[in-house]
Amino acid sequence: MIAEITAARTAAEQSIAAASTLEELRVLDTDLLGKKSPLALLKTGLGKLSTVDEKKAAGQALNEAMLAVEEVLNARRALLGRAERDVQLAAEALDLTEHFNAPGRGKAHIVTQAWQRLEDVFVGLGFQVAEGPEVETDWYNFEALNMPPSHPARSMHDTFYVDHGQPGSTVLRTHTSPVQIRVMQNVAPPIYMIMPGRVFRNETTDATHLAVFHQIEGLVIDRGITLADLAGTIEAFTQAFFGPGFTSRLRPSYFPFTEPSAEFDIRTPKGDWLELGGCGMVHPNVLRAGGLDPEEWSGFAFGFGIDRMAKERHGVGDVREMYTNDIRFIEQF
Amino acid sequence: MKVVHSWIRDLAALPDDVDAISFTLSDIGLAVESVDKVGATVAGVITARVIKTERHPDAAKVHRVFLDNGDGTEHHVWCGAFNMQPGDIIPWATPGTAMPDGRLIETKPIVGIPSEGMCCSARELGLGDDHGGILIMDPSTPIGIPYGQALGMAEEIVYDIDVLRNRPDAYGQVGVARDLAARFKVPFTLNNPILVVSGPSKSAPVEIVAGDRCARFTTIIISGIRIAPSPDWMVSRLAASSMRSINNVVDVSNYVMLETNQPNHAYDFATLGGGGFKIRLAADGETMITLDGVERALSTDDLLICDATDRPIGIAGIMGGQNTEISDSTNTIALETAWFEPVGIMQSVARLNLRTEASARNERGMDPFGIDQSIARFVELLRITCPDLVVHEGMVDARSSSIPTPTVIAVRPTRVSALLGASFTSEQIRSLIEPIGFACAVASESLSVTVPSWRPDCTLEIDIVEEVARHFGYDKLGKTVPKSTQPGGLSIVQQRRRRVREILLGLGFNEAMPHPFLTDGDLQNAGLSGEAVRLMNPLVVGDDVLRTSLRPGLLKAIAFNESHRRSGVSFFEVGHVYPTSTDVLPAEYESLGVVVAGAEAPAAVAVWRELAGSMGWGARLDQSNVPAGLHPTRSATLSVGKDAVGFVGEIHPDVLDAYNITQRVAVLELNLSRLLEVEPKVSQWKATSRYPSSDIDLAFTVPTSVTAEKIEKSLRQSAGALLVDLALFDVYRSKDSGDSRSLAFRLRLQAQDRTLTDADVAAVRDRCIAGANKLSAQLR
Repeated sequence: MIAEITAARTAAEQSIAAASTLEELRVLDTDLLGKKSPLALLKTGLGKLSTVDEKKAAGQALNEAMLAVEEVLNARRALLGRAERDVQLAAEALDLTEHFNAPGRGKAHIVTQAWQRLEDVFVGLGFQVAEGPEVETDWYNFEALNMPPSHPARSMHDTFYVDHGQPGSTVLRTHTSPVQIRVMQNVAPPIYMIMPGRVFRNETTDATHLAVFHQIEGLVIDRGITLADLAGTIEAFTQAFFGPGFTSRLRPSYFPFTEPSAEFDIRTPKGDWLELGGCGMVHPNVLRAGGLDPEEWSGFAFGFGIDRMAKERHGVGDVREMYTNDIRFIEQF
Repeated sequence: MKVVHSWIRDLAALPDDVDAISFTLSDIGLAVESVDKVGATVAGVITARVIKTERHPDAAKVHRVFLDNGDGTEHHVWCGAFNMQPGDIIPWATPGTAMPDGRLIETKPIVGIPSEGMCCSARELGLGDDHGGILIMDPSTPIGIPYGQALGMAEEIVYDIDVLRNRPDAYGQVGVARDLAARFKVPFTLNNPILVVSGPSKSAPVEIVAGDRCARFTTIIISGIRIAPSPDWMVSRLAASSMRSINNVVDVSNYVMLETNQPNHAYDFATLGGGGFKIRLAADGETMITLDGVERALSTDDLLICDATDRPIGIAGIMGGQNTEISDSTNTIALETAWFEPVGIMQSVARLNLRTEASARNERGMDPFGIDQSIARFVELLRITCPDLVVHEGMVDARSSSIPTPTVIAVRPTRVSALLGASFTSEQIRSLIEPIGFACAVASESLSVTVPSWRPDCTLEIDIVEEVARHFGYDKLGKTVPKSTQPGGLSIVQQRRRRVREILLGLGFNEAMPHPFLTDGDLQNAGLSGEAVRLMNPLVVGDDVLRTSLRPGLLKAIAFNESHRRSGVSFFEVGHVYPTSTDVLPAEYESLGVVVAGAEAPAAVAVWRELAGSMGWGARLDQSNVPAGLHPTRSATLSVGKDAVGFVGEIHPDVLDAYNITQRVAVLELNLSRLLEVEPKVSQWKATSRYPSSDIDLAFTVPTSVTAEKIEKSLRQSAGALLVDLALFDVYRSKDSGDSRSLAFRLRLQAQDRTLTDADVAAVRDRCIAGANKLSAQLR
C-alpha cells in the first residue's frame, strides 16, 4: 500500500510539473485530488488493510501525499499565473506620448482672472464686493462725487454722453466711484467694500489706453477712520497681492471726491516705483451725498485699473490685444 | 509746468541738490514728470577767428581754414562749407569734442594734411535748424572762450511738474518756491519792488460792463520804452520754460507771468482807440483776429476786452488781438493786469478750443491781490533794458463787486488729528501752514485760518486738513489697518456667477469680451430690433449703439476667428446689455451669451441643461416661440411662467450670412441678472435600494409633432414609484419614416423593499406602452 501511495504521489507530481497552462492545472486539480483521483481511490481501500498499525501508517502516508500534491499544484499555479500575467502586460504596452489634442478646459479672459485675484485678496482683508450700473446718471457719476456742473475736474473725465432722458443727464460711468454713493445710500456703516467694474472714457485708444476698461475701487466707512488707516490698507493690499517684498507710499494729489487725496505708488523688491492708483479720505460733501454725517463717520476710498494688472502680469505689449477676442490670444493664458 | 532750478533758488534758499528738490516736489504733491537739462552747451567747442582760407588742388569739395584761438598757434581745419571770410568768428570743435549727434571729433587727414577738429553750423550745436553754413558769430566776440559763454547761453535744470487742479499757485515759480521753502524750512523772499511813479498823469480809463466776469482791471501807462533784445539770463530762463524770446517788452510780460503766475498784457498805447478799455461780453456773431492771426467767431458768453471805441482788442484772459500788438516803434504801453472769473474763462477756452499760457492760469483762478506786486516787478525788469522808462501817475484800478473776499476757516485741531491719525496741536498746525501763507489766529477750541488770496481752492476745513497733511508729510503719518467688524466675502449672487463661469470653462468654453458699442446695423443683422440707446458723442463715428444683446459681439468674434483659419471656436461672455427704458436709466441687466461655432442646436441645449442642473434653474423649452434671428425650427425660448429668461438653439442662416460666418452656430442667451437670483432647492436624500434592479428598453415610432419631452413625461408617469432612472438613448430618422422618428428609452426599475418579479416589470412595461399610445407613439 505504501508503495502504491508513493507511486501515485510521484506520478501526480510529474504530471503537475509537465503542465504548461493554468487550464491544464485546473483539469489536474480534479484528476489528482478529486473524488476519483488515484489517491482518493487508495483512501477508500484503507478499510481492507488488516492491522491497525498498517491502517494508521497508510492513512498518514496518504494524507501527507495529498497535502504534498496540493502544495506542488499551488506552487505551479502561482508560477504559471505570474508568467501568463507577464505576457498579458507585455502585450498591452502603450506609448503614452501618442497624444491627441483633445478639447480641454476653456480659458477665462485675463481681465476676469485679474479681477478675481483682486477680489480674493480683498475678501481676505475683510472686504465685501458691490456692483452698480454701467450707464449712470450725471448725479451719481459727478454731482454726488463733489463735481457739480461746471466743476473744472469734469473736464479731466472724457465722458460718453448717452441719449436717454434729459440731454446730459445720462452718461457711461467714467469711474466706479458712483457705486460708492449707491453703497452709502443702501448699506448702513461700517462699510468695507470693493467695487470692481467696467468704466468708459471717451479718449483715443493706444497701446496703454482703452475707451472701455475696468477699475476696482475700495471704500471704507466707519467711526474714526484715518489717513494712516488708508496708508496701512494700501500697504496690506500691496503685500497680499504683489508679495512680501513690496511696499507702498502715498503722494499728495487731487481728486474732487477725496480730501486729503493721494496717488499711491508700489515699490518692487528691486527698488523700482510703479504708479498704481488714486486714493484719499472721502470728502465730506461725498459723505453727505451718500446720506452720512461727516462729523460721525469718516472713511477712505482708493481705486486703480484692473486691465493694467492683467497686462503687466502677462507682459501684454498692447492692451488693445486683450479685446480682439482672437482665440490665439485667449488660449495663451 | 516747467519749474526752473535757478529761478526757484533765486526766490528761496533751497539746496543746490536736484535729487532732493525733485523728490520733495513729488512729496508735496507737485509730481515731477521729468527732470531735464535745457541750454546745455557742447564742451570743447570754442570761439576762433578765421585767419585765411585756401583751396587745395586735390580736394574739390573742401577747403583749408586757418584759425586763431588766441594761443599763438595757427590751427588748420578742413571744412566743407564756404560761407566764412577772413576775420569771421566761428565756433570751432577742437579734437576730442563729443558732438550732440554722437560724433567724436578727431584729427583726421585729408590728402595727407591733418584737420584739427571741425568748424560748426548752428544745427550741429543744437542751436536751431540752420545748416546752410558755418555759424558766423558777432564780430566783437572774444576768441578762445566756450561758444556757449560767448552766446550768453546758460544751462538750466528744469523740473516738468504736473500741476493739479487745486493748485493754481503752482503755475508760478513763486508758488512752487514758497511751497518748497516751507518743506525745506528755508527762507522764501517775494520780489516785491517799490513802484516808482515819476511821469505826469496819464491814464487809460476802464469801463467794466460785465462785472460778474471781470472783478478787477488795472491799467498803468509806461512811456520812454525802446524796443530791444532781452538780457541773456532772461532769454535762457524763457527758453527753459519753452518760450521764445521776442523783444524786451513781450519777454518781460511773459517772464513776470511765469514768475508771479499773474498774466498781464502790454498794449501799444498809440494804437489803443480812445485811449481806454471796456470789458464786455461779445455780441452775437462778433469776430476778432487774435495775435496768432486767426479770426475767431465769438459767442455771447465770451468776454472781450475792447478799446474805448468798443473795438475788440483781446479775448479776456486768453489771447490779445493783432491790432494793438507791440511793434518795433512802440514807445508807450498801457499795461493791463486783471482778474477774470475762472469758470467763464474755462468755458470760453473749451468753446474756442484756444489754450494759452494765460488761459491755463486764468481758468484755474488767479490771485486778485497779486496784481500790484506783478506790476512793480514788470517795471523793475523792463527798466533793465529801458533805463529811461517813465511810469505815469494815474494808474486805474477798476473793480466790480464780484472781487473775491478773503476766506476765513475755523479749523479744529481735534478734527485734523481725528482724520490724519496723529495728534496735532494748534501750534503745530500753525507752524506747518503759516509758511505757505495761511495766517492763523488761535481761538479757544479752534484755529481761525485766513486763506491766502492765491489759494482760491481752499474753502473748507477739510482743505486745511490736506495742507497740514501735505506739509507734515504723508509718510510720517504711519500705516495702521482698520479692523473690519464684518466678514469679507462674495455675495451669494457673485458666488453663483463664479460657478457659472467655472461650469462653462469646464465645458471647454473660452471667455470673450467683445466691445459693448455696436455699429448701426449690427443689431438688425443679428435679427434683433434696432431700437437701442445711443451715445451722443461716440469715439468712432457710427460706433454709437449700446448693445441690447451679447449676440452681435459674439458673432463678430466667431467671424474674426473664422477669417483667421480658426473654425469651431466656442465662446461665452458675461456682460451687461442696455435695452431702452422710460425709467431714469436704461433697463440694463447682466446677460450670459454662449456660442458654439460648427455645432448644431443640441450643443447649446446641452449647455443649458448642464447649467440648469448645476445651478438649480428651470425653464420650459418653448419651440413654438422662436425669437427673430434664431433658426426657426431649431430654437426655443426658455420660459418661466410668462417670462422669457433666455433663448437656446441655432443662429438663423440669414444672420450667419450677414456676419460672413460659414459654419453653423449653436447659441444660448440667458438673463443672468434674473437667473442668479434663483435660490436652488437643496437636494434631499433618497435611500438607495439594496434589492436588484431591472431594465426595460422601449423604442417608439413617434410623430414629429409630439416632443420627446412629452413621451418622457408620459413614461415617467406610467412607470410610477418603481422608476429610478429614465434616459433617451437613441433617436433614429429613416428616409422613409416620413413625419415621425424612432425614440428609444431605457427605464431602470427598482423597489425599496423587495426583488421585482417578472410580473411587476411586465405590468410597468404595459402601462408605459399604453400611455405612449395615447400620444400616438407606437411601439416598434
